[in-house]
Amino acid sequence: MEHTTPRFFKHGPPAFARLLLCSLLSIALLISDTRYQYLGGARQIIALALYPLQRLADAPGALADHLGEFFFTRSALRAENAQLAEQHLHDAIKLQKYRALELENAHLRELLGMRDHLPYRTIAAEIVYSERDPFIRKVVIDKGAQQQIKAGQPVIDQAGVIGQVTRVYPWLAEVTLITDKQHMLSVQNLRNGQRAVLAGRGADGRLELKFIPLNADFQIGDQLATSGIDQVYPPGLPVAVVSSVERNPADLFARVVCKPLAGVANHAQALVLDWKTPVPSPPVPEQALLPGQTDQAR
Amino acid sequence: MPPASVKPREVMVPIRATFIASSLLVALIINLLPWPPAIVAVMPDLVALTVLYWCIHQPRRFGFTAAWLIGLVMDVANGTLFGQHTLAYSVLAYAGIVLHRRVLRFTMKDQVLHVIPLLLMTDLIVLAIRMMAGAELPGIGYFAGSFFGGLLWPAVCFLLTLPQRLKSRSEYV
Repeated sequence: MEHTTPRFFKHGPPAFARLLLCSLLSIALLISDTRYQYLGGARQIIALALYPLQRLADAPGALADHLGEFFFTRSALRAENAQLAEQHLHDAIKLQKYRALELENAHLRELLGMRDHLPYRTIAAEIVYSERDPFIRKVVIDKGAQQQIKAGQPVIDQAGVIGQVTRVYPWLAEVTLITDKQHMLSVQNLRNGQRAVLAGRGADGRLELKFIPLNADFQIGDQLATSGIDQVYPPGLPVAVVSSVERNPADLFARVVCKPLAGVANHAQALVLDWKTPVPSPPVPEQALLPGQTDQAR
Repeated sequence: MPPASVKPREVMVPIRATFIASSLLVALIINLLPWPPAIVAVMPDLVALTVLYWCIHQPRRFGFTAAWLIGLVMDVANGTLFGQHTLAYSVLAYAGIVLHRRVLRFTMKDQVLHVIPLLLMTDLIVLAIRMMAGAELPGIGYFAGSFFGGLLWPAVCFLLTLPQRLKSRSEYV
């Protein structure tokens, strides 16, 4: 008969085996999340359970805001009111000009037979918190799928583009800021109409224009606005201003660094644009097709 | 006679599972608070610290499953890749469980010197995963949180043993 030591204590598998199991599970999760995006549903469910906690964590700040409003003095309120009235007057003049221009633009577009710019619906949202992961530039807003927020919608503030909705939960949505390293958008130089791709730089909160030839006409102070050809952002929204241009003949491309116009990281309110233009599929260039492929391509 | 550095351990009442769960919940809420960016940059991961505390102090009650699950919640709360915090917390739990007899024999100052490398290791795992997923290298300030986390260890120990000590006093003295 084989001798076995009696088991006085229930131990279960040894710690190292458990570590191995947990690590393998984690790595499986990592791979399925990065490569296949299978886990959207699981994320939604956990996020739903987490929602009350997030609101609870947000409560002290909200309470402080309310108290701040309560103790707002009358004179400060009057001063702000006067300032806003003046601002409104200035804006009204601009708006009138803009309306005339819009009318003229619509008329000209009609004459030229071009597609109209559609008006878009806006959803005001409040930024609940910015994520504490140092690797990503993302904020969470307090509107979600219940308020018809969809992934891919652009988010702006009063000065310009903040970013784009990338993940939607039932009552919250995650906005990737334009300064995130993974974020790119198509912009146009307002001075000369040159288009370029604007990418975030991540750490320093700046943006950089990608693949700009050394002789391209970009100067410090140039305003960049969305071009609209990426079908994500409507055309003409201000994005950034060029802050430095470096042309090193040893490099292939010029180094054009820009500063975002919107208060990308330090805002409490934002506006989500519900912008969906039916886009015709891009035309197939005739010459590019080989004779045999013509039928398949069409 | 035992050497002066080895202090006899206080006899404490057994801890309740609800207290463990609520301590993790509080740590999670503190992590989720809307801190100003300057604080976020150097803020320690309190959930990691709490997980480490329970693995060292209650290795029979708190183990890999709990660490892994709270890692999953952290991944969702931070909007990061699934598996990043689960892996980091699993390794942290392993280190805590393997070292728990050793760490508890040290004075508080030496315990801090154990905790800081463990938290740094957690940071390094997260960093490695992020680098593989294509993130850029963060500044050296990224590791500051772990040092502050280590300095918070005595406070965490004090707070989390408080209900046990209060109860043991009221019942046995």
